[in-house]
Amino acid sequence: MSDITSSSFVRHDLLTERPAPVKTTGFIGLVRTRLFNSPTNILLTIVGALLLGFTIVPSVRFLMVDAVWTGKDRAACLPENAGFAVGACWPYIQAKLPQLIYGFYPEAERWRVNLALILAAVLLLPLLVPRLPAKGLNAGLFFLAFPVVAFFLLHGGGFSGFGLSWTAGLLQLFDDSIMSAGQALLSLSKTSAIAPLLWVIGSLILLVGTAISWLIFPLTWLHDQIQGTGQSVWVDFAITTVVVSLIAFWLGGGVRAGWRTLASSLAAFVAIAIVIKLMGLDHGGLPIVQTSLWGGLLVTLVVSVTGIVTSLPIGIALALGRRSTIPLIRIFSIAFIEFWRGVPLITVLFFATYMLPLFLPGNFTVDGLVRALIGIALFTGAYQAENVRGGLAAIPRGQGEAAAALGLSWWKTTSLIVLPQALRHVIPNLVNSFISLFKDTSLVSIVALFDLLGSLRASFADPKWSTPSTLFTGFAFAGIIYFIFCFGMSRYSLFVEHRLNAHRRN
Amino acid sequence: MSTEARKPPVQIALKVRRVLGGKAGWNGVAVQFAFAAILGWIGYEIVSNARANLENQHIAAGFGFLRNNAGFDVNQTLISYTGSDTFLRVFVVGLLNTLVVSVVGIVFATVIGFIVALCRLSPNWLLSRVGEIYVEIIRNLPVLFQILFWYLAVLAALPNPRQSISLLGIVFISNRGLVIPRPIGESGFEPFLAALAVGIVGALALRIYARRALFQRGQMIRIWPYVLGLLFGLPLVTMLVFGLPFTFELPQLKGFNFAGGSRIIPEFVALTVALSTYTAAFIAEIVRAGILSVHKGQMEAGSSLGLSRGATLRLIVVPQAMRVIVPPLTNQYLNLTKNSSLAVAIGYPDLVSVFAGTSLSQTGQAIEIIAMTMGVYLLISLVTSAVMSVYGWRVSRSLGA
Repeated sequence: MSDITSSSFVRHDLLTERPAPVKTTGFIGLVRTRLFNSPTNILLTIVGALLLGFTIVPSVRFLMVDAVWTGKDRAACLPENAGFAVGACWPYIQAKLPQLIYGFYPEAERWRVNLALILAAVLLLPLLVPRLPAKGLNAGLFFLAFPVVAFFLLHGGGFSGFGLSWTAGLLQLFDDSIMSAGQALLSLSKTSAIAPLLWVIGSLILLVGTAISWLIFPLTWLHDQIQGTGQSVWVDFAITTVVVSLIAFWLGGGVRAGWRTLASSLAAFVAIAIVIKLMGLDHGGLPIVQTSLWGGLLVTLVVSVTGIVTSLPIGIALALGRRSTIPLIRIFSIAFIEFWRGVPLITVLFFATYMLPLFLPGNFTVDGLVRALIGIALFTGAYQAENVRGGLAAIPRGQGEAAAALGLSWWKTTSLIVLPQALRHVIPNLVNSFISLFKDTSLVSIVALFDLLGSLRASFADPKWSTPSTLFTGFAFAGIIYFIFCFGMSRYSLFVEHRLNAHRRN
Repeated sequence: MSTEARKPPVQIALKVRRVLGGKAGWNGVAVQFAFAAILGWIGYEIVSNARANLENQHIAAGFGFLRNNAGFDVNQTLISYTGSDTFLRVFVVGLLNTLVVSVVGIVFATVIGFIVALCRLSPNWLLSRVGEIYVEIIRNLPVLFQILFWYLAVLAALPNPRQSISLLGIVFISNRGLVIPRPIGESGFEPFLAALAVGIVGALALRIYARRALFQRGQMIRIWPYVLGLLFGLPLVTMLVFGLPFTFELPQLKGFNFAGGSRIIPEFVALTVALSTYTAAFIAEIVRAGILSVHKGQMEAGSSLGLSRGATLRLIVVPQAMRVIVPPLTNQYLNLTKNSSLAVAIGYPDLVSVFAGTSLSQTGQAIEIIAMTMGVYLLISLVTSAVMSVYGWRVSRSLGA
């Protein structure tokens, strides 16, 4: 047996320790591998550091170090008085903060704005967290109930009727318009070359109008009777509740399966009644604040929330219309979408401000804010339609075919099977559209509405606060607000996208 | 016995129904009738209301006002214009101003966008962070905010012409705008232009010839020395023979302002800077997404074929990335053109500002003016999308082949 240890190629002494491998993780690793690993990279690092240094350092100096924090008027922010090169003039923002948030909203009524904002936050936040339950109810509250409540909260006022009166009034208006169109055609037929044809069409329209007026006569009669009673709102409310609940009961499946629908309908009406009672809408409601007094962040949020809430249904309708096989509806949808997508928003706002009043009856004036809202809703609706269409195209044909095989109608297939999947697919795109909508609300300042940017511009004109740094301070403040909102939304859209693509991650 | 399959019966009624009413058949026809009736009713209401309202305001409808004298001045005109010109001329002046700010903005936005995209893709950690910060900050601020910021805050904070910032004594930046040297044509101008044109045409022809030789005969021809000679040598020779093509008139400070040189108005500078930096952030994201969309294996396959890194990039990666980049890039160009209408906020005389703004308030012809303004933008975007669909068709054809 040979001794292994005496063999010549067995090492007796240990190797000297080698140095640990170069660290490639952590901060040191980062510095080694991605900042200083080659001459070019070193150069690039220096360039990057210089870029950052020339932007971040002056910004921080301006916003924090050299800033003036307290003061009564412009004197505090002048370099002569402060004794150093003054950066941001924050007392100016403190003085102008109410104007930047509420505009000229009366001071005594500002609690209403705060309440509306809190309400919006309370309803919106649970909607954004995917884990929380009752998404349907929450979405219904935010998209349907909240806009109405917010309108009566912010604008004020009440109403003298309810569903029945409104239906009666609307039908009456429609009927009047049909009758006047018929009359116009009849009077045209006296002079025109195609008189007989015009006369036939005119008479036909008049006939339809008369028939409608007989059909709605019971409704208008009931409406007059209700107005006669002292408690018109509540009588009307009760009748509407009964009628709507009965219709819901019947549509929900009658005696066999409709009880659930009936209960939820009644619950909804009880909730509406509580809101009406709380806000005193049946006798005048809160004092009216004209929209010309609104301003600042309030207008920015009102315009963007209204745009978000109204553009989605318009977009869904247009997207479905564009995929419809019925020729006229498809052509109309395509033309409508391409028209609004082809023009800049500012011309849309000009259109809404100068052209829309010409298209409405002379005695019918629309508030400036509402006009801008109509323009923005149509404009954003067209963009949302393209987003929704992308989602609809992503749903496999088999889904619709399976629903049809189960015997579902087109409406049920669309609303129960296709749309929910399609919308879930495109949430990130929808949120991205909301970001651009939020940024685009700043354009209303061009058509004489005082949103955040408009109020800021107005506050620059105040000689009491004119200092060399006022402009930069104002822009910094407004920029931070815009950035917080837009950045928050974009992070949320990334989060949802990440969640939706969970199955694709490895 | 005949075993051929019988033709299906010609169901004319079915086909007519399908064409008229889509899948919904006669129901679809009924829906269309109802829809047409509603549209007709809305149209009737609009026309009758507009007619009544215009009559009340004593405004004559029609485009006759375009021949009237405008009577106001415009502070930047590319074609000669005085206050006694017509509104039609105002329209053209505004349109040209819109186009010039869009083209300049697009050029700068593309350059900045590609630089930022390269920064973001850079292996250098710090530089990619710098690119990211730029994109995040610019993208999340409204473009109108940025235009106003540049115009009201930055440009207004610049010194007056007497203390203007000078770059090499040639370009002067002050709160009155940018003053640059003005080129003045000399005797050698025409020959120079002709030589330049000949050079460009010759270079293109050479390139086509070289590519054809490569694709058909597999023959590599080195053309770059000849191209360089054509592009630079030829104009240089003409310059030596015929004298300088143009000289520059340098701006000089006289009294409180500059004499000589051409002045670019501050509104133009603010608008161009804001629009190009804003759009650049979006372009950077598009370019980055396009380059990342090319699979890593493409690069590896290229190098395994023995191509150099540059050749792989040029011949394999960039063509595939361009297919992803071009459609959204055109969209961004279109967005920039549409956003240039925000000029109205700072008073740059673009189409919306001078035509839909000043002319509208002077004449009150809201319907005609806004329809014309919208029509111009609509035309631009429809033409662009038509060109893009031709491009998409060609790309899909080349992919299918």
